[in-house]
Amino acid sequence: MQNRLSALLDRYGPPLLGGVVILAVWQFVPTLFGVSKLLLPTPSSVIGSLWLLFDRGLLVENFVITLVEALVGFAAGSVSAIFIAFLVTRSLLVERMLMPYLVGFQALPKVALAPLIVVWVGIGVESKILIAAIISFFPVLINAIVGFSTVETEKLDLMRSLAASRWQQFRIVIFPNSLPFIFAGLNVGIVLSITGALVGEFIGADRGLGNLLLQLNLNMDISGMFAVLLVLAVLGIILYGLVRFLHVHFVFWAKPDIRSGSN
Amino acid sequence: MTPTGMLIDVRQVRKQFRSRSGTYMEALVNTSLSVDAKQFVCIVGPSGCGKSTLLRMIAGLETASAGAINIDGVSVTSPRRDIGLVFQSPVMLPWRTILKNVLVPAEVLKLEPVAAKRRALELLTLVGLDGFGDRYPDELSGGMRQRAAIARALMHDPKILLMDEPFGALDALTREAMNLELLRIWQASTKTVILVTHSIEEALLLSDKVAVFAPRPGFVREVIDVPIERPRSAATRSDPIFIQLAKRLRGHFEAAPVAATA
Repeated sequence: MQNRLSALLDRYGPPLLGGVVILAVWQFVPTLFGVSKLLLPTPSSVIGSLWLLFDRGLLVENFVITLVEALVGFAAGSVSAIFIAFLVTRSLLVERMLMPYLVGFQALPKVALAPLIVVWVGIGVESKILIAAIISFFPVLINAIVGFSTVETEKLDLMRSLAASRWQQFRIVIFPNSLPFIFAGLNVGIVLSITGALVGEFIGADRGLGNLLLQLNLNMDISGMFAVLLVLAVLGIILYGLVRFLHVHFVFWAKPDIRSGSN
Repeated sequence: MTPTGMLIDVRQVRKQFRSRSGTYMEALVNTSLSVDAKQFVCIVGPSGCGKSTLLRMIAGLETASAGAINIDGVSVTSPRRDIGLVFQSPVMLPWRTILKNVLVPAEVLKLEPVAAKRRALELLTLVGLDGFGDRYPDELSGGMRQRAAIARALMHDPKILLMDEPFGALDALTREAMNLELLRIWQASTKTVILVTHSIEEALLLSDKVAVFAPRPGFVREVIDVPIERPRSAATRSDPIFIQLAKRLRGHFEAAPVAATA
């Protein structure tokens, strides 16, 4: 009992203590130096705003909308990235046809497309999903291409010696072998997809956390904005945690250095 | 057609590789070798003598630049499904259990799943991995993984087993045990085996016939029969014929400085 308690303290003590110190400094130091509470709200007022937003029913609905936009966009972007990577690595013709444009497009800051997409697709969730999809597409694409091309020749020789079809080679060896790389891309893509959904909401939306953030900004409700940032952090942690969970579940077999996705 | 019982016939084979600078490098010249059905043949030679290349050509993974390779009188132009291949490393798929790894050939060849699984379990017993089917490759030792690779090579019941320095990465003790194990497996399954090795002892202990390769460019310097009675055991090493043949084989390599690595 004593041991378990000290183990718990050992594990959670330092981060908790750190948190308490940061919150205490944040709560009291700005007042000491005469920083306006309007510009830098104290933690206690942020908690108050959080409760207020929740009470007015603004939090849960907007949270779910942004979550769905990011998640659906991420899923669509990743699946199409893996599919395009498959085509590019399977066929030299497709590679030569597409690669120059993919590389060129990759160099473009994707958020610059957001205004255009909102004009084309409208201010509904669809435009946010599309922006999230485009922005998470590229890191997954690049990593999947590297993953599909990085296979030990002996593993392929094993398949070829059995006269395996190209699809069998892909399904049995190449695809599973590429998962550490693909997940390295997914880890980046999931975080970018939230950015994509938010940018879309900034440009034109009537719902979502980005929209809420803009409205609070117009009202100069800085404390409320901090509350939304807090919720966005939670959203990020949930989505990243989801990908991390799948990562560990499917890539249990990779050595830690590959698992962390060094590429 | 081929003469009686002859299964693999390598005739006057040459293999060139093109280097990056555009020049050609001869890997093998005028290489001939014939292997009878159910024979155990070893290819011995120093590194870089083209013995692995020859094996890959017999497996249909590479094509000869000149000459002919026939199996059962049919020219080898691409991989055949009656060959089992064992590499220097186990080449396990780390995301699959040992059983699922052994089942890979069954999956590729679309064998009936229930019968295939039964056979895979039998093979695991044969190679001494009974009860390890549910483990993942990284939970097993190198020797155990290589046994699993042998079981996998036997999965689709191939006529021919091609082994490229299969025990090269193992320590000497494990290697000796694996040699005797392989003899037992071979006797139980009666396959035609071609095994590439650096080791003169390994070659003599295992084979009916040893082909000695010379390096750069590789060719068959001599083919000697090994008339030592079977079944063989660790004691075979002190057989007078064994000692005499070992001396003769070593003579081939002492001439060349590369022999130090053999």
